Amino acid sequence: MLFKLSIKNMRKTIKDFAIYFLTLVLGVAIFYMFNSLDSQEAMMQVSSSTRELIKLMITMLGFVSVFVAVILGLLIVYANNFLINRRKKEFGTYMMLGMSKGQISRILLIETIFVGIISLIVGLVIGVFASQFMSVLVGKLFAADMSKFEFVFSKDACIKTCIYFAVMYIAVMIFNTFTISRYKLINLLNASKKNEQIKIKNLWVCILVFIIGVVILGYAYYKVTGGVNELSTADTILPIILMGIVGTILVFWSVSGFILKLVQLRKNIYLKDVNMFVLRQLHNKINTTVVSMSIICLMLFMTITILSSALSLNNTMRKDLEDTTPVDLNLYKTANLPENEKMSKAQIEDSRKTMVQSLEDNGFDMTKLKDVVEIPIYATNELTWRDTLSPVYDEVKQQFPNLLYETAEEIVKVSDYNKIARLYGNIEYQLKDDEYIILCDFDNMKNLRNKALKADSTITIAGKEYKSKYDECQNGYIYMAGSHINNGIVLVPDSCNLTEDMKEETFLAANYNATTEEEKEEIEKICTGETETEFSKNLNEKDITIDGMTKIAIIESSLGVSTIVLFIAIYLGIIFLIASSAILALKQLTESSDNKQRYAILRKIGADEKMINGALFKQIGIFFLMPLILAIIHSIFGIQFVMTMMSVLADAKELLPSAIATAVIIGVIYGAYFMATYLGSKNIIKEAE
Amino acid sequence: MEKVLEVKNIEKYYGNKSNLTKAIDNISFTIEKGEFVGIMGASGSGKTTLLNCISTIDRVTAGKIIINNQDITRLKGNNLNKFRREELGFIFQDFNLLDTLTAYENIALALTIQKVKPKEIEERVQEIAKKLEITDILNKYPYQISGGQKQRVASARAIITNPKLVLADEPTGALDSKSARQLLESFENLNQKLSATILMVTHDSFTASYASRILFIKDGKIFNELIKGESTRKEFFEKIIEVQTLLGGELGDVI
Repeated sequence: MLFKLSIKNMRKTIKDFAIYFLTLVLGVAIFYMFNSLDSQEAMMQVSSSTRELIKLMITMLGFVSVFVAVILGLLIVYANNFLINRRKKEFGTYMMLGMSKGQISRILLIETIFVGIISLIVGLVIGVFASQFMSVLVGKLFAADMSKFEFVFSKDACIKTCIYFAVMYIAVMIFNTFTISRYKLINLLNASKKNEQIKIKNLWVCILVFIIGVVILGYAYYKVTGGVNELSTADTILPIILMGIVGTILVFWSVSGFILKLVQLRKNIYLKDVNMFVLRQLHNKINTTVVSMSIICLMLFMTITILSSALSLNNTMRKDLEDTTPVDLNLYKTANLPENEKMSKAQIEDSRKTMVQSLEDNGFDMTKLKDVVEIPIYATNELTWRDTLSPVYDEVKQQFPNLLYETAEEIVKVSDYNKIARLYGNIEYQLKDDEYIILCDFDNMKNLRNKALKADSTITIAGKEYKSKYDECQNGYIYMAGSHINNGIVLVPDSCNLTEDMKEETFLAANYNATTEEEKEEIEKICTGETETEFSKNLNEKDITIDGMTKIAIIESSLGVSTIVLFIAIYLGIIFLIASSAILALKQLTESSDNKQRYAILRKIGADEKMINGALFKQIGIFFLMPLILAIIHSIFGIQFVMTMMSVLADAKELLPSAIATAVIIGVIYGAYFMATYLGSKNIIKEAE
Repeated sequence: MEKVLEVKNIEKYYGNKSNLTKAIDNISFTIEKGEFVGIMGASGSGKTTLLNCISTIDRVTAGKIIINNQDITRLKGNNLNKFRREELGFIFQDFNLLDTLTAYENIALALTIQKVKPKEIEERVQEIAKKLEITDILNKYPYQISGGQKQRVASARAIITNPKLVLADEPTGALDSKSARQLLESFENLNQKLSATILMVTHDSFTASYASRILFIKDGKIFNELIKGESTRKEFFEKIIEVQTLLGGELGDVI
């Protein structure tokens, strides 16, 4: 009997349930998607280093999922609470007919289980299909071989999703029972009779509060942008966050009054059509929803900031990589191996050769490469880190006792370096006979070196003294890497007496002689020895080591990190977005019973359907826009702050694509909820009294 | 005299073939400009259905309703809305004031919907407020004023558009007797000084006694008609009671 009642109830209130159901389904689907990433077959096809990264990502997503579950749980309890409130009269009738509170709780229990199971199933089905697209995306980002793509169902993710959501539903049931037990029959029966006291605020107070709110927000904005240098610890950031929250609440508390007053002064607008009604409607409702509006605004703010920061971080990292990997290939091998027993004759012989010679002798097809530049790199025990840092050595030693101070500095002739710089597209340098330059772009090392250079820059190489041309390190590098990690290269004039035995390494930089990505990858495989060739065989036989670094390898490993960040950001961003949209939508729909009466009055005094729908559209539109607009303003400053904290210099041009991508994601989800709300509300106000 | 409303042989059926209810069964009457007509009848007699049909909220099954030379049973969609907002004024039992708007705004809304110029709105609201003695409460919200005041605000809203016909549905239904008397006096005022044509539905004899003519409806038909003429309101009231007694036992519980 109770079961029948529950089913019938649901069918009748299907419109009210729609948004609740939509939110549950989306929640389940996204939860499944992000937890099923690991089981995709394509993930198994990527290189081992990438697989490690994916593992790391999945562990992190696991942690994030707990957080997400908490948010979804709160959202579901909230949505459910709204539904219950809407049905007070129904429960009142049951109780009038002699039903006990226990029985009502049981009706709700059955409904929760029913809705829960259906939404789980639908959500999982959507999730399974959506995750297929998702893994195509992941595969692309991680450069996996998608030809082996298979349709995959992740049992683990499915079970995990079921357990998490079961816990959430149980929370809802407990909450429902608790709520029902507190109801009094008289209140239930009279629930539909509004005795809501309309508190109208003094408009002048509103204006004052609005100005205070704006000033507080402005100060917080200034703090995170102009005064960002003072912010270093959590202690200093916390007050700013608090200011932001307080400012947001104050603004929402007063904004409708402020706008109302403003428009009232312009009688032409205020007394046009039903503008008056729309504004009053907003003013009235925003009063009762200050807190939720603020929460929604802050959630949207987080969504926008997280999404666009992550996207532009990803973009910037990719761009950075373009800068730090100007050529396809770096090869280097030790020169001048000492003649002792440990080394074979072939090895020693090879170490005397230039790189090109060595490659050719071992059967490497030099036509595969173009733009080949080869230079020698020198080193001598006369010049170690201790020597270059000598003016500040005691101080530095205390600070960093474990630094390898006996490491010999890498010395390069300036004309040699300029060859590389020309190929890389970096700045070339000129030196007088008694000058030298240190190239260093690894920040920590740079600071130490700059201190030393400022104190006393004199060094001695081969009996001659040199002074630094500049009193700080210059930018530049020889070895490609994923980021700026050049510890230091000493550029000396060509006249410097660097002897043959000081030669430490031979270094070669080149591009692949290919146009397409596929051809490049083929050459890459020959160079790395992945493809068996005469070259790799020879090297193995003679046990010759040629080290190297390739653009493709660097990009592959570096992008992993940014991709993880991106994924977690998208995950969190979308969850926040769904949560805030759902809360807004529910608020609008559940309050539509009040509106229903008011719109009916409008209709009775002769307003057109068009006018009425227009008023409804405006009202809901403004309600959805208000938190969004403030959130966008917040995030303009928030994103800048994140960028400064991450020490990424992103100019407006780079931010634009991420901003557009974020706008599209938000537009789709937020817009869908808005349309659902508008259509739902339209239906509700159309219903006969 | 000019005919404002002409109801010709209207019928309104509810239900289906097997279970047909005649809510209105062949009713005809006319109202002339400046008349104050009351319609009385018990619950279920069809008086509200009649009012709904005249106010274009409901459609008749058969017959014609002509208001200001226009057959409203033929109007559709937005023409109907336009007609309703330009030619009719409504006063409801439960006031139907928007609780979020001040009294001033509630009255002005009727004009803004008709796209009247803002400057004109200001003048007209002040003018009507003066006549209904609600100038003091114009800036108050409905929850801040009494039921009688609310109903006068609602009357102001109904009358401000200069409608051809004001339809009042149990206007005193939610008022105490003192407020009811005040409201009815302002109705008389509107009727006599502004020559507003009023059609009022009520089941309360005292309220009805303020009208100049009363139609009694029973089971969807016009049962009787009373004209005040030269008699005092007290005499008229007594006549009404007589008719109600005639109407039979079913009406005994009405008063």
